[in-house]
Amino acid sequence: MQYILGILTVVGINIVAVLGVSLLIGFTGVFTFGHAAYMAIGAYTSALLTLKTGLPFLVCLAGGAAAAMLLAIPIGYPTLRLSGDYFVVASLGVAEIVVLLIENMHGITGGARGLVGIPPKSSIWIVWLIAVASVVLVRNFIDSRLGRNCVALRENELAAQTIAINPFRYKMIALIISAGLGGLAGGLLAHYTGVLHPSMFAFVKSEELVISVIFGGIGSVTGSVLSAIILTFLPEALRALSEWRLVIYGVLVVIIIIARPQGLFGYRELTREYLRRLFRRPQAPANMPIGGNN
Amino acid sequence: MFAQLIQQIINGLSVGGIYGLASVGYSLIYSVMGFSNFAHGELTMVGAFAAFFTMVALKLPFPVSLLTAMVSSGIFAVVMEKLAYRPLRLKGAPSMYFFIAAMGVSVFLQNIALVTLGGGFRSFPQVFGIKTIKIGPVAVGLVDLIVFVISVGAVQVAQLILLRTRVGKAIRAAAYDGTTASLMGINVDRICFIVFLMAGSLAGLAGLFRGMKYTVHANMGNIILKAFICAIFGGLGSVPGALAGSLLLGVIESLVAGFISSSYRDVFAFLLLIAILLFRPRGLMGQAAEEKA
Repeated sequence: MQYILGILTVVGINIVAVLGVSLLIGFTGVFTFGHAAYMAIGAYTSALLTLKTGLPFLVCLAGGAAAAMLLAIPIGYPTLRLSGDYFVVASLGVAEIVVLLIENMHGITGGARGLVGIPPKSSIWIVWLIAVASVVLVRNFIDSRLGRNCVALRENELAAQTIAINPFRYKMIALIISAGLGGLAGGLLAHYTGVLHPSMFAFVKSEELVISVIFGGIGSVTGSVLSAIILTFLPEALRALSEWRLVIYGVLVVIIIIARPQGLFGYRELTREYLRRLFRRPQAPANMPIGGNN
Repeated sequence: MFAQLIQQIINGLSVGGIYGLASVGYSLIYSVMGFSNFAHGELTMVGAFAAFFTMVALKLPFPVSLLTAMVSSGIFAVVMEKLAYRPLRLKGAPSMYFFIAAMGVSVFLQNIALVTLGGGFRSFPQVFGIKTIKIGPVAVGLVDLIVFVISVGAVQVAQLILLRTRVGKAIRAAAYDGTTASLMGINVDRICFIVFLMAGSLAGLAGLFRGMKYTVHANMGNIILKAFICAIFGGLGSVPGALAGSLLLGVIESLVAGFISSSYRDVFAFLLLIAILLFRPRGLMGQAAEEKA
């Protein structure tokens, strides 16, 4: 029972992190490849707040998220003006810098030896409360005017500009929210595992987040949530294959992008209305390319 | 002090030569296919392991292992293109899809190497010994010298193929405009095959040299980040630019590691990348790109 509760907690944390990436990749068309950096910032900030100041847990958590959001501004300011592959490479570079800095600031972060003794305060209730709140937040954001502008940028940046949508501004808003979710997930993770290590936020973590979004489907909140759940449970169920996990993910990503680039629920949401239609009469899926102007 | 400076520069040039082998191939693929082949780093890993096992397990001489490194990486590159990128190209998928597929290939290759060969570090047998050549007060490692000469030579050969041969002309035409090139009777499928074969064999050479200078391990593919930086530094899509960028980055890294701190070497490289992207995104020798609507 303890074991299943533990997995469920991790599922909740992963939902928050994947939603953050989904907001950028799936709804704004900004392909971030270093989102683990924001998780790392949130994790270390909230853990250090807990250890050094002893403030209440939720305040420390908010502090971690706020730190990630604040750092997203100077990081996004130069890099969000870059297009396509250049942004991908820059986001990667930023993530590497963050991890290297954490590793080298021994005095504060514990360096490569890690940070230990963080009180395990991320109970399953708090984690799932935050996960559900994040889903509501992201859904409402996408349906708001701001979110619709972001979706317009994903579809065609040039066309969006002609109707007076400032690409930089809306990408920045999406990045800040997304970084906040990443920081929140990082803080929860820190207070769940009790230890932090720079390698937890290495490149593989960013890769896993991107893979989760692609599995779930680009531009789908329910898809991201479902894929976060499946991709957290699956490795636990298939323990014997655990070392082959990433090998299989790699093959699956290639197959998905060739055969079904929209993922599980690309551009659609799993709603009651959708289920009803699904059982009444099969419909051709809407095939919409992303990032048509790259 | 002066001797140390010269030594660091020479060491940097040999590291830069290795980066050059990786970044020229990456840049070539970018200019023809229009996407960042993220799995390019894994090709160097394939080459390094192929050469390592030819020398250690089969006990064959060094020139043979050099050949196996190039051939096996070339084959892997061609298969990669055929299985992962060609279906996307035929469907006319957006470049982001290529990048995602490349990420999948990279994750696959890296982890299959980790599972089957283990995560340990293997060191290459000493081929040239640890001999040094003394030029005045400066001692140059023989390995460094050979790596530098062969790397720059291989890149020059690639450049000659691009500029002086019929195939090279076809590759340049396809890079300029794939659709028009195919209308002119150029078989773009074959061009992609040749480009990946060339890029792959250069990557194999890079892997072999990196393995000789340091160690052979499953995570060697991380050199792709440096190859990105070098290619962007020199201007994406330009072969001489990629080589110049690589040599410069190699020297800068080696100077930072030697005179400031080796743990901040990579931070410096990435800061340099971001600075280039901000102030001169075209790189040193790249041409201005227009955004197509």
